[in-house]
Amino acid sequence: MAWARRMWMRVQTLLHGRENARRLNDEIAFHLEQQIAENVARGMSQERARRAAFLTFGNPELVKEETQATWGWLRVEQTWRDFRNGTRSLWRTPRFAAVAVFVMALGIGATTAMFTVVRSVLLEPLPFKEPARLLRLYEYFDERFKFNASAAGVFAEWKKQNTHFSDLAIFSYQTSYNLSEGSGQLPERVRGSECSWNLFETLGVQPALGRVFTADDDRPSASGTVLLSWGLWKRRFGSARSIVGQTMRLDAKPYTVVGVMPAWFAYPEQNAQLWTPIYHQEHAEGMQALDSHDFASIGRLKPGAIEAEAGAELSVITKRLHDQHKDDPFVSKGAATRPLLEDVVGNVKTPLYVLFAATSCFLFIASLNVASLLVAREATRRKELAIRAALGGGKWRLLREHLMESLALSIAGGIAGLLMAYVALQWFVTTRQEMNRVDAIHIDGWVMAFVGGLVFLCAGFAGAASALSMNGDQILPALQEASRWHSAGQERVRMRKWLLSVEVALTAVLLIGAGLLLKSYRELRTVDLGCVTENVLKMSLSLPEAAYKESARRVNFYEALLERVRALPAAAFTRMVPGEGYGGDSGFAIAEHPPLPEGKYNLGIVRWVDPGYFAAMGIPIVAGQLFDPNQRLNKADQVMVSEALVRQYFPGENPLGKHLLTIGRRPFRVVGVVGDTRYLASQEARPILYFPLFVSIYGGVPNSGTLAIRSDRDVTALALPVQRVIQELDPELPVSDVLTMDQVVGKSAVDTSFDATLLLTFAVLSLVLAAAGLFGVLSYVTTQRTTELGVRMALGAQRTEVLRLMLSDGLRPAGAGLTLGLLGGLAATRLIRDLLYGVSPLDAGVYATVIVLLSLVAGAACFLPAWRASRMDPVRALRNE
Amino acid sequence: MGKPNDLVQGTLDLLILKTVSLEPKHGWAIAKRIEQISGEVLQVQQGSLYPALHRLEQRGWIKAKWKESETGRKAKFYWLTATGRAQLEKEAENWNRLSAAINLVVEGT
Repeated sequence: MAWARRMWMRVQTLLHGRENARRLNDEIAFHLEQQIAENVARGMSQERARRAAFLTFGNPELVKEETQATWGWLRVEQTWRDFRNGTRSLWRTPRFAAVAVFVMALGIGATTAMFTVVRSVLLEPLPFKEPARLLRLYEYFDERFKFNASAAGVFAEWKKQNTHFSDLAIFSYQTSYNLSEGSGQLPERVRGSECSWNLFETLGVQPALGRVFTADDDRPSASGTVLLSWGLWKRRFGSARSIVGQTMRLDAKPYTVVGVMPAWFAYPEQNAQLWTPIYHQEHAEGMQALDSHDFASIGRLKPGAIEAEAGAELSVITKRLHDQHKDDPFVSKGAATRPLLEDVVGNVKTPLYVLFAATSCFLFIASLNVASLLVAREATRRKELAIRAALGGGKWRLLREHLMESLALSIAGGIAGLLMAYVALQWFVTTRQEMNRVDAIHIDGWVMAFVGGLVFLCAGFAGAASALSMNGDQILPALQEASRWHSAGQERVRMRKWLLSVEVALTAVLLIGAGLLLKSYRELRTVDLGCVTENVLKMSLSLPEAAYKESARRVNFYEALLERVRALPAAAFTRMVPGEGYGGDSGFAIAEHPPLPEGKYNLGIVRWVDPGYFAAMGIPIVAGQLFDPNQRLNKADQVMVSEALVRQYFPGENPLGKHLLTIGRRPFRVVGVVGDTRYLASQEARPILYFPLFVSIYGGVPNSGTLAIRSDRDVTALALPVQRVIQELDPELPVSDVLTMDQVVGKSAVDTSFDATLLLTFAVLSLVLAAAGLFGVLSYVTTQRTTELGVRMALGAQRTEVLRLMLSDGLRPAGAGLTLGLLGGLAATRLIRDLLYGVSPLDAGVYATVIVLLSLVAGAACFLPAWRASRMDPVRALRNE
Repeated sequence: MGKPNDLVQGTLDLLILKTVSLEPKHGWAIAKRIEQISGEVLQVQQGSLYPALHRLEQRGWIKAKWKESETGRKAKFYWLTATGRAQLEKEAENWNRLSAAINLVVEGT
């Protein structure tokens, strides 16, 4: 009740502010009249009575102010008045205001955008049910590399034996399907995932339409079922609700659509477009294998279960399996867990935090610059302020006006910044579509609060920094400064120089980071894959099991394809071209070597190639020769290896004629050694085994792979003719990932390029701000010292001396900042070490470039005012008074 | 011009509440009354009177109305509200306890 009345009083006071002020005047006037009347009654003259009354009462204006201060809203009102004063004085200097607001907006916008990304992607819980209880599960051989894929057989044991999880689910990554249906649309290749039926239940996700899988769908004997993503449903099926229950063809087999997932659902990959039940898809023996690490698994902890204990339990189960199968070196030794969120966004964590740090640095520089601008303006208003202080303007009041002015700037900057952030985020989302959780990025209340916080932080910082250099106490010196014989405001200049040093230091750090990333990017782009990349085109295709079950049919297809395509300059078929990815690997033994000790194994990447591959890709044959052309199916017994394999497994030996034993201990004779190629541009060359394309090994002739075409002209012109050839061979067969080799390499560098570009943008903007700051301060110092310089020159100082004096004045803070920045850079680059490729965090070239660049820019920014100072006419300078 | 330090703030509040508890009074009369009653011992800093009055009004302990004064000119009269009366009793009691305690100490030695 009491507070309600108080609120009412306050509202009244607020509504009738002017009226109340008038009444207070009356009240005090009445009091004084009474006092005067009493004094007169005591026998004083009118004049004396009046003076005595005022003496007893004190300064009526001050009493009024103090009284008004008791009105609840007064503080707000005053603040508002100061705010209006602040904005008004900003209106009077529109160019200054525009620059300051723009600088603020850039800083706030960039920082807000990165904050939004970091928050939405890294910090916000996954949109699943009780996401804190979801773990990703891994196997490992070696404690140092803990996060390996799971084997389905091991997973089955985990599922059977564990006591800490309420549910475990397994799924495949990066599965592709040939999607075709009788509607007359072109067949296409879509990405998706094979998953155990309970994946959705484990995550706690409901379908938007229809149902998810049941245990009955997830058996080898079940008929095919499929779940569609919202995007695929919308794009290919026109969002028709009747889709549920309809049949479509995946890899030439019929599948019934059971449901559609909600639009936000993207798991396990951002571009997953459909899901099929894994036990229905995969061969039963593959799902029991303990040593094929082809899958990923997740688990939901029971309420109250502890992650460490759950992981330890899985580890024990795995170790037991390992011990039971000592003869198989590929059964893992232990298990590890990680929160699901960390798995989903782990690889973008560092880059995002680095970019966030960069934008924060930039914002800091921006508000330093605004502070610097405010201080510069303060200087011109100093006398005005001193006069106001002398007339009784409270110190706090003046400071508050300062703060309000920078607050007005910051608010305008914040609003513009928020708009900028919105635009920047749109751009970010469209550029980084493949990044996990990219569609979770959105501006919400927290982001708004963050902007609000930034606005106040910047306002406080800029306002305080400028107010600190104000020296409000010294009214007299400020007024006396009218006499020019006094180099003004040393304190203030020192403050600004200090701010500048910080600015230059941060700029140096940003430049170093950007330089290192740029250099990494260049290294990545120019890396030698080990093959020709000019005018080479690749396209992927996959023969559906249903139509190409027997190896003979696959061989026929490949032969027909190659025969037709070879009419073009050079073409070859392979599992994967260099730079395209790891593909798969296999353990092997060397027949001529003593058996390996238990738990040791040789490992090589496996590639199937037709003999024309090496010539087409320009991979040199270092020793030996090509396969015989008659290497077919079960008769095939030749293998070619890469130099890296020879280096690692045949040190000081001639590998030719030796035999490699693969799974099933089938011997393959090494007939040739070829040059190294990289499976990813950013990874060193690994040992590679090349099998003839038509060999029956690991379950038959491979049914998917890459066609590589090389031409001496623009190879992209061949894309369509080749696709037409494939269509003629099999109209249901889609072609995917039609890329030039340059694009393949570019893809692996795209993240680095993105990070480097953004970082460079902020570094350059910071450089511009720092230069502007240097220029501003030195110009200011020059005007301040006009008289002093005039005296010096009148007494015989040379122009060059003046130039040197002024230059050193500006360059000293820049030099200090640069030194500080280089030290900071040394520390900061530790953060981005993981993002670097082929560049040391201490790369001398980058540091040298930054030093030279910053020195040049700082020099140029300082030279102009210094030169102007040295050219001035001493007589006029002295007369300036 | 500093704040009045001859009258502790809370004490001035108590005096004002007590003074207006008998009948509505305007500011000048309140100051006079306090001086008279205290035998001219307590000199109210007139400057600090109005902030105090307005503060008490904001708290809802006193109410104000513009009425014609004894000289025929309009003046702002203050009087005690119900909550103000309760507050007065509380503060008077506090004061009594405090002064009694101080008396004990001063006279007890």
